[in-house]
Amino acid sequence: MTHQPQEAVVEPDAVGLGPSGTDPTPPVRVRGRGRLTGYWLMLPGALWLGLFFLVPFYSLIAMSLYDPEGSSLTGYDMTWHVANYVDVIQAYWRPLLRSFWYAALATVACLVLGYVLAYAIVFKAGRWKNLMLILVIAPFFTSFLVRTLSWKLILADDGWIVNSLQFVGILGEEGRLLATPFAVVAGLTYNFLPFMVLPLFASLDKIDYRLIEAAGDLYASPRRAFLRVTLPLSMPGVVAGTLLTFIPAAGDYINSELLGSPNQRMIGNVIQNLFTNQGDYAAAGALSMTLMIVITIGVVLYIRRAGTEDLV
Amino acid sequence: MSLVADDHETAQGRSGSGRDLRLTAVTKSYGTFTAVKSLDLVVPEGSFFALLGPSGCGKTTTLRMVAGLDVPTSGTIALGDREITYDKPYKRPVNTVFQNYALFPHLSIAENVAFGLKRRGVKDTKAKVAEMLELVELGEQGAKKPFQLSGGQQQRVALARALINNPEVLLLDEPLGALDLKLRRGMQIELKRIQTEVGLTFVHVTHDQEEAMTMADTVAVMNAGVIEQMGAPEALYDNPESTFVANFLGQSNLLAGDILGPDGDVVKVSIQGTTVSIPSDRSHADGTRGWVGIRPEKVMIAEVGGEIDAPGNRFEGGVVSDVSFVGVSTQYLVRMPWGQELMVFEQNTGRRPIFAVGTPVDLSWRPEYAFLLDASQDASAGVEDGDD
Amino acid sequence: MSPLHKLGRWIGEHLILALGILVLVYMFVPIGIVALMSFNDPASRNVYRFDGFTLDNWLNPCEPAGMCASVVRSVEIGLLATLVATILGTLAAFALVRHRFVGRGPLNTLIILPMAAPEIVLGSSMLALFVSAGFGGKLGFWTIFIAHVTFCLSFVIITVRARLSGLDDNLEQAAMDLYATENQTFWRVTFPLVFPGILGAALLSFSLSFDDFIITNLNAGQTVTFPMYVWGVAQRGIPMQVNVIGTAMFVIAVAIVLANEVSRRRQAKIAA
Repeated sequence: MTHQPQEAVVEPDAVGLGPSGTDPTPPVRVRGRGRLTGYWLMLPGALWLGLFFLVPFYSLIAMSLYDPEGSSLTGYDMTWHVANYVDVIQAYWRPLLRSFWYAALATVACLVLGYVLAYAIVFKAGRWKNLMLILVIAPFFTSFLVRTLSWKLILADDGWIVNSLQFVGILGEEGRLLATPFAVVAGLTYNFLPFMVLPLFASLDKIDYRLIEAAGDLYASPRRAFLRVTLPLSMPGVVAGTLLTFIPAAGDYINSELLGSPNQRMIGNVIQNLFTNQGDYAAAGALSMTLMIVITIGVVLYIRRAGTEDLV
Repeated sequence: MSLVADDHETAQGRSGSGRDLRLTAVTKSYGTFTAVKSLDLVVPEGSFFALLGPSGCGKTTTLRMVAGLDVPTSGTIALGDREITYDKPYKRPVNTVFQNYALFPHLSIAENVAFGLKRRGVKDTKAKVAEMLELVELGEQGAKKPFQLSGGQQQRVALARALINNPEVLLLDEPLGALDLKLRRGMQIELKRIQTEVGLTFVHVTHDQEEAMTMADTVAVMNAGVIEQMGAPEALYDNPESTFVANFLGQSNLLAGDILGPDGDVVKVSIQGTTVSIPSDRSHADGTRGWVGIRPEKVMIAEVGGEIDAPGNRFEGGVVSDVSFVGVSTQYLVRMPWGQELMVFEQNTGRRPIFAVGTPVDLSWRPEYAFLLDASQDASAGVEDGDD
Repeated sequence: MSPLHKLGRWIGEHLILALGILVLVYMFVPIGIVALMSFNDPASRNVYRFDGFTLDNWLNPCEPAGMCASVVRSVEIGLLATLVATILGTLAAFALVRHRFVGRGPLNTLIILPMAAPEIVLGSSMLALFVSAGFGGKLGFWTIFIAHVTFCLSFVIITVRARLSGLDDNLEQAAMDLYATENQTFWRVTFPLVFPGILGAALLSFSLSFDDFIITNLNAGQTVTFPMYVWGVAQRGIPMQVNVIGTAMFVIAVAIVLANEVSRRRQAKIAA
């Protein structure tokens, strides 16, 4: 007889002795035949992420410190040229700020639209809940680029939206929507809306509707019930949704390129251009790192303030 | 009533036959927490055995060790002559009905029931599955998926899925916990019927004392990893050996008293100046102090100076502080001169009107129903705090 | 209750739903336009106007030079990247949920980072790696493939991990209790129950890979995927066949999802 006890693992609080706690039932490791199994299963994925996610970040940091005199043709020298960062910030602070500004506007717009939609799906859709949820994901199945190009048509200079706005006098005779900040922010809002709706849906769906009814029972008006019960309980979704919208929107350049003009250039356009057209890898690397650093700091501060550090 | 005679004997009495389930010095620790402490237990073949205790008392851990889902830290588990302590779950002739049934959601009811037979290489399972579904009255439901059945039906599928393997021991982990009260009562009778019919050994884990008492022939009361007391339900109820059992199984009045000493086959105890006697075989305390226990329905109540049909001493100076009318009976709380409130349950025989709050009353009981417990034990151990 | 009050309540009850549906409509307007334009017969070079109805675009989808080749390339990369990401990701998810090992905590954090970084940064860093490793001149199919597996991997791990940790432990224990060995338990209970999660992760991977532009554009060299083709022609005026591809993709994907939903509903109906 082989005496090989299965490895039973217990979190301290799994041995809950609370009033409604059940007997401690640690999970049996069904597949846990060897101690090394976990390592073997994890190895390929971890190697891949190490080699193609972590190492590239190291390469990017290195690249951002290259001698700016080099080029993609002659090669680069590693000279710890920290001044690259100063140079790119001086040269490109406008598109950088603009990126964050547009992303913030789009995030707020997504939050408003997304909250209405998620709330309607969770609390008002009844038997159509699943269908509506599928419809939220469905736009993902058409190409991002093709959808964005479609906005170019909707907002076109002689399109009916522009014509109507000109007719009622909101837009002047020569007024246009394309090539304006409005078009870029509208495009960003449109493209990243599902990233807002899904986490909002997830956290609203977890709310026990009886809590909202209880608030009503305790003399809260619908408005107060929403502000005091629904909204606070959906905060994890709000935090996750705003992050999932803001971060990709800040790095996006498709919307500004297709729907805007050079005056609406975002940081993504600049980085892409530095890489592919100018071949200035050192500056492109430094600018990429700058974007990443600013976003990381911003996210950490934001999560601290929102007080929900246990995201995902 | 002879309730003391076979206390302790029920479990061991019939042992010795071949296929008893035997746990010897079984201990299970998780880090510093010990869920089960050196447990010795014999479940005779063919018996309906209940492990009763509050949440976290170690009863489910015990069950899981018998099933092979947990491995004891030390000690041995044997079925008849065969030691199974470290056998894998699929190597032991033991099956489990899980608390939430654990039906496979991707398989039909019939496939669920046939699962165990198939794994053991039985080719033609159809007839046996049909027969088993018939036994649990689900003959028509074989093609459905588990989520299409009600809770009570799912429970019966779980039972059929385990029973079809004809295990030597069937383990039931709070099998009725998820059902509503009415369904639960029905299933209790059903389970008892099936057990009698198939004659298997059932080990039933529950925190519901009524469920344990109605179904099992032997009940083991577990608390904090040890078995406090084991025996036939009536024996446990009538002669509890610890304050925990006295409170967890039904309710008890526990009165602090000074033990005066043995006197023939009784022990004399003084409670607030009144001397009562307790049969020696119901005395479980040494030393000079003890808890005198008496069940509320054994306490008799009368107006001051009124006649009480009990040969024991009277407790005078009580005042009714609360009255709950529950139809067949009335439950009084009587505040005694020393401040303690005693519970008194009285049948509504109509012999005299129900006492109102504030009425002065006398109390008494027949000495043979009282029991004496050790003073070192907590008088509130095992009192259920509203949950369930 | 006054009639006015009643009206107010009715609007209150349905207003949010109506607004929600309006937001959904907003999400589908551009897709409707894409579908419409797939039948457009452009009269001039201005391809942003509907001039007349034709089936030509649907009958000759491969007319524009290079477009169908780019679609095929995207499908190839998508299938290959999905296969690799799904296998690696599923193994990793099992490791993370079912096993304890040194570094498990940091790895749980590491896997969300690729989703938390903007695509342009992810793309830049991968390009930096390829360039410094001397592959700067050899960008193409395989560098795109590597980049796509990298960002799909995180999504697969997270999707499968969620499914796996939502799995009731008792089911596997019940299987073992019913005489299934570890292997039988895995293949008859664990895997069938996790499979929908794996399938969902694979579908997600494929659509992410097929649709990616920003990361691909940096690491593609001379290789043209479908989004890159669209980007290229967008400056000059897009052929209407692009809309055909967009519409066809959408219809196929939605048909798969709806078929799934309908069969789920039918099952639920049998139950009732």
